[in-house]
Amino acid sequence: MSVDSVFVHKIWNEQELSKMVEGGIPFPMLSDAGGKVGAIYGVYDDEAGVETRGRFIIDPDGVIQGFEVLTPPVGRNVSEAIRQIQAFQLVRETKGAEATPSGWKPGKPTLKPGPELVGNVWQEWKTKLAFD
Amino acid sequence: MPEEVKLGCARPTGGPVGEVPAAEEAAPRQEIKEAKQMILIGRKAPDFTAPGYHQGKFVNVKLSDYLGKWVLLCFYPGDFTFV
Repeated sequence: MSVDSVFVHKIWNEQELSKMVEGGIPFPMLSDAGGKVGAIYGVYDDEAGVETRGRFIIDPDGVIQGFEVLTPPVGRNVSEAIRQIQAFQLVRETKGAEATPSGWKPGKPTLKPGPELVGNVWQEWKTKLAFD
Repeated sequence: MPEEVKLGCARPTGGPVGEVPAAEEAAPRQEIKEAKQMILIGRKAPDFTAPGYHQGKFVNVKLSDYLGKWVLLCFYPGDFTFV
């Protein structure tokens, strides 16, 4: 979503993005002329008249589970966004019985919060797991 | 999920769905309230509709049509910006 019109989205996809992604952009490219939607999400810069690089993870109940906002010159890490969604999906599937510690990704151990775990994370989880 | 729309020459716009909290209260309060609504994790994502371009078609997208699915909503400064 940006403040550009759908006409500009079409030309950007045709002229540039379809040369970088086979078949062009697969998801809807949304237009927020005037920044009304960006404003309620806190990502509209009314001085510059554009939206910042805000990224929101919204779960199947419509609840915001996480967001990240960057200034224009720094791009996002798509793998990290996907990792976070995978982590939120796991937590949701286990109804909160499992939690994903720092650096978790699919295949790494989760933690089961409860009285026994208090003060014992050091036995269940090693710091090196926080890194790739 | 996005429904196709026919566009004329006007630039279509969307916006928030439902009530948007007023920036100011009718009666002034002692504390100055933040004009902007704060986005909080764990709270409902504000619903909106927005016109879009999707694989050769102009469409209209409503966030709440995606209930039941995971949504990654991304804002960016503009088309043809570089990163």
